[in-house]
Amino acid sequence: MAEIKLKPLTALGHDLPVTEALGPWTLTERFDVALASLAPRRGRLDEVRAAAARAGIPMSAPARAELGATFGAFWMTPDMWMVEAPFATHEDIRPALLAVFGDAASITEQTDAWVRFDLAGPELERLMERLSNFDLAPAPEGAATRTVIEHMGCYLIKRSAQAITLYGPRSSARSLHHALTVAAASLA
Amino acid sequence: MTQVNRIAGGQIDRSQTLRFTFDGIPYQGHPGDTLASALLANGVRLMGRSFKYHRPRGVIAAGSEEPNALVELRTGARLEPNTRATVVELWDGLVANSQNRWPSLRFDALAINDRFNSFFTAGFYYKTFMWPAAFWEKVYEPIIRRAAGLGSLSHLEDPDAYDKGFLHCDLLVIGAGPAGLMAALTAGRAGLRVILADEDYALGGRLNAETFEVGGQAGSDWAAGVVAEVSALPNVRVMRRTTVYGAFDHGIYGAVERVSDHLAEPLPGKVRQTAWKIYSRRAILAGGATERPIAFENNDRPGVMLAGALRAYANRWGVAAGQRVAVFTNNDDGLRSATDLQAKGVDVVAVIDSREGGELLPGIRHLRGAEVVDSQGRLGLTGITVRDARGRTEVIRVDALGVSGGWNPNVNLLSHHRSHPTWREDIAAFVPGTGGPVGLVAVGAAAGAFSTHAALASAARAAAQVVSDLGGKASYDLPQAEDAPVAISPLWFVHSGKGRAWIDPQNDVTIKDVKLAHQENMISVEHLKRYTTLGMATDQGKTGNVIGLAVMAELTGRSIPETGTTVYRPPYTPVALGALAGRSRGKEFKPFRLTPSHKWAEEQGAVFVEVGMWLRTQWVPRQGETEWRQSVDREVLATRKSVGICDVTTLGKIDIQGTDAAAFLDRVYANTFSTLPVGRCRYGLMLREDGMVYDDGTTARMGPNEFVMTTTTANAVLVYRNLEFARQVLWPDMDVQIISTTEAWAQYSVAGPNARKLLQKIVDQDISDAAFPYMGAGEITVGGLRARLFRISFSGELAYEIAVPTRYGDALIRALVEAGREWDAVVYGTEALGVMRVEKGHVAGNELNGTSTALNMGLGKMVSRKKDAIGVKLSGREVLVAEDGLRLVGVKPVNPAHPLTAGSHLLKIGATPVVEHDDGWLTSMVYSPHLGHHIALAYLKNGAARIGERMRAVNLLARTDIEVDIVSPHFIDPEGERLRG
Repeated sequence: MAEIKLKPLTALGHDLPVTEALGPWTLTERFDVALASLAPRRGRLDEVRAAAARAGIPMSAPARAELGATFGAFWMTPDMWMVEAPFATHEDIRPALLAVFGDAASITEQTDAWVRFDLAGPELERLMERLSNFDLAPAPEGAATRTVIEHMGCYLIKRSAQAITLYGPRSSARSLHHALTVAAASLA
Repeated sequence: MTQVNRIAGGQIDRSQTLRFTFDGIPYQGHPGDTLASALLANGVRLMGRSFKYHRPRGVIAAGSEEPNALVELRTGARLEPNTRATVVELWDGLVANSQNRWPSLRFDALAINDRFNSFFTAGFYYKTFMWPAAFWEKVYEPIIRRAAGLGSLSHLEDPDAYDKGFLHCDLLVIGAGPAGLMAALTAGRAGLRVILADEDYALGGRLNAETFEVGGQAGSDWAAGVVAEVSALPNVRVMRRTTVYGAFDHGIYGAVERVSDHLAEPLPGKVRQTAWKIYSRRAILAGGATERPIAFENNDRPGVMLAGALRAYANRWGVAAGQRVAVFTNNDDGLRSATDLQAKGVDVVAVIDSREGGELLPGIRHLRGAEVVDSQGRLGLTGITVRDARGRTEVIRVDALGVSGGWNPNVNLLSHHRSHPTWREDIAAFVPGTGGPVGLVAVGAAAGAFSTHAALASAARAAAQVVSDLGGKASYDLPQAEDAPVAISPLWFVHSGKGRAWIDPQNDVTIKDVKLAHQENMISVEHLKRYTTLGMATDQGKTGNVIGLAVMAELTGRSIPETGTTVYRPPYTPVALGALAGRSRGKEFKPFRLTPSHKWAEEQGAVFVEVGMWLRTQWVPRQGETEWRQSVDREVLATRKSVGICDVTTLGKIDIQGTDAAAFLDRVYANTFSTLPVGRCRYGLMLREDGMVYDDGTTARMGPNEFVMTTTTANAVLVYRNLEFARQVLWPDMDVQIISTTEAWAQYSVAGPNARKLLQKIVDQDISDAAFPYMGAGEITVGGLRARLFRISFSGELAYEIAVPTRYGDALIRALVEAGREWDAVVYGTEALGVMRVEKGHVAGNELNGTSTALNMGLGKMVSRKKDAIGVKLSGREVLVAEDGLRLVGVKPVNPAHPLTAGSHLLKIGATPVVEHDDGWLTSMVYSPHLGHHIALAYLKNGAARIGERMRAVNLLARTDIEVDIVSPHFIDPEGERLRG
């Protein structure tokens, strides 16, 4: 094996993920989640659901996200979910999921396709109404949607009344971070 | 001079004094004042000059409909021209200046235009400046633009920030007058999510300008009480200073909130304005009505105002517009202005009522059956000429005249989807017609319900209906309010004399202009508008349009409804472009996409180029290199000599899986992929339906049912979208799943004779030619880390592309550079990449120009006829497969010292440079440091048969004409020995 050890950087280009206060809200860059898309092959949805249930992978309803003991997931589009798992134990997430689903599903590693920001604090809708046309306030806990923030296609998940997760394109992590901080600053 | 016209009462805070200047002269006002009310309070009537004739003009209205009192507000970079003084909230230190005058407002040299008014009638542009035609753009237009026109721009960058945002509600209530407040209260109490928006800073609408009682208390107090109640409801959002400017599809409304416009400058960190998109399930338009004047000769003098505005200034702002005031009306509402002013102690010297008979106002000289036929005064009104019922005229000395010709419901938003309003004879006004925006209803004065009671009742009913429609229940109690009927006898303009009577003071459109337009056969109102400019510019004819229509109707012998209206369009009032742009300006116009090597490249001082949203390294200068060519030449030579590294992460990567993945690729690529063995990759061409090539790239087979497709950087999204369309719509029966992985992997090209040696130090597996042959692909590891390797070459050298998860990309480029140190490895950018691909004869964006086929590119054999794929059929059209069509060739100058010029066209020796002799053109041109001269790729007619021909590359724009030789497009290693090495 080559004598080489590659050191990772966060999407914002730091050694460690940032946590910072944006007015009354807290932004945390999450570097510790592995992601993979899960798309049942044609005619094998039931098989995939059964396997997922056995493995504790929640296959959430459309426009919803769910968290399980190890795995979480959110619905992306008809017949496609994004599976979340702890990076520390599931960095190589695709083989782990292939072991669960075999050839019943197409599985693609997505861990580094996204930057994840978790936002927490009161009245997050005040912040998000400057950024996204998703109607956050009345949305139930676990709502998950695709939305556009300053031209960037993102996934927005409402974890609770005071916590959301944003997945944005990793290459635009700095731009997305900038959009969030600027919007928060104008509300400070 | 201190507020000579300030009278008692009004909603101003007299405990505080605000200082401001107009044209450099200091004045004082109070919180609650607008600039217009404060100027009037200080006895300033002259506020501007008119558009064409530079006539002296003063304020005529008290709201956003104001056509005249336009000023340049603020100075320096925040200077804002054409600001309506009637909607500017006074702040301490406000600076305003008049506009469209020189050298001063009182003495304006261009007022000479007024003497030559017969030259400036409707359509004068079209008639006067016709000859010579060439003079229009260079001579006439600049002169006209200087002479006419309104305020001037600062030409400085706007220092303020603008936000945008998205709001959602069950019910949007537009306007917070009595009707809007009643609607918001009804729906808010019933629990609906309500947004109540009003352009004013004080909510209550006309209730703030009237003396009516509502519910046994002053109307303004009732309004304040409702505002307090709905503001306290968690389900109601009250938005002051917010203009709903447009109705769009699906219940979406555009609104601008003026967050900081009432301040000298925004507070630190705050935006100046926010542009909102409001998503509503239902909307209620409670936008009120706008008063219209009656046209008479010289009705544009400062001091001639709308009667309702006269009353508003007195009641809301404690300002008498003059010391001696008269009112000219054709309806009962105009009489209110006289009685209100009289009650305030203002000297109301006469009421000129065009209607005959009826009761007379007590204690006021009330002339029935009379008309104002003319006015006097140079820079302000000094008197009016009144003709009584018997035809006798008299001059009455006044310094302010309130005119009321009736009220027009503000139907604008309802017309934004082209619905035309309908005419109601009893109130002599257009009211909302049918077919407006779905879900939007008008209430109150906007619907022609002019009494306060009718407004409240219509609003409560409409809101309760909305509540019921949305599944709730609403109840309401109507407060007691006046319910006076509309008593109007239409009079649009006074027939008298030959002077000019203005109907659109902002654009200097007079009755004569309308007559002239009619005389010249502009019968349609749409033609009338464009010929005369009636209703254009900042006020959009809010006060003047209907009079114009009425005059037109009379001239054509048609009724007003037969004459019809022009179409109102968004925005309702002017919206600053800055508000629409929001944060998207300058370098924040769009987000950036950064490659995994960006941080490293920044450290190296790399020069970046924007490729779509990506920032790619264009070249990496080294110390001593002052010209870009030095860096690029070095990068090319070093790569060809030893090894170079390039970040190719930006190429689109699409993961394609499924049992039909191979068959799917056969249908989207012109060439065949189902035969591709696992562990190999293949170059592919994608065609549009019309047979033209639109993208190319390499696709690797990672497993029997797994492929990784690469696309060009530019077309990554387009290709993905087309694949998704094909998968979902064209062939929904296929078992194919796709997802983008462009961002998931950091991918670097390692190219050059020493590429393998370098990589072998990094990767864990044997990558010898035997173990990893040309066009091989596979999963490998880098120090145990999962990675991918593809043996593909764009440069023509022995080359690989290595990919690791993106978070390791920074570390990988550092590792590659470090490992390559012993072979003097370079990192090369997109320029060197471009040079090497031209040297190798690979097509790229310049050749994939949307009008080229595979055959044009010399890749005709790639289009498989053994299977069907998108575009294959149409690529076989006769004209596209002609033997003598364009073919890709190489071009080099006969004299190596001669540079080629990009964009040159190929001509035969001796041919005159005209389009008939055009044989083709250079598509890509570079300097090849390897060959020591310029080279180019070109499309040449019958090119394949013309290798060896001597031609000319002619560029008429650059004035170059040099001899060139047509050669093979493969300048380097045509046999491909290097890349297979």
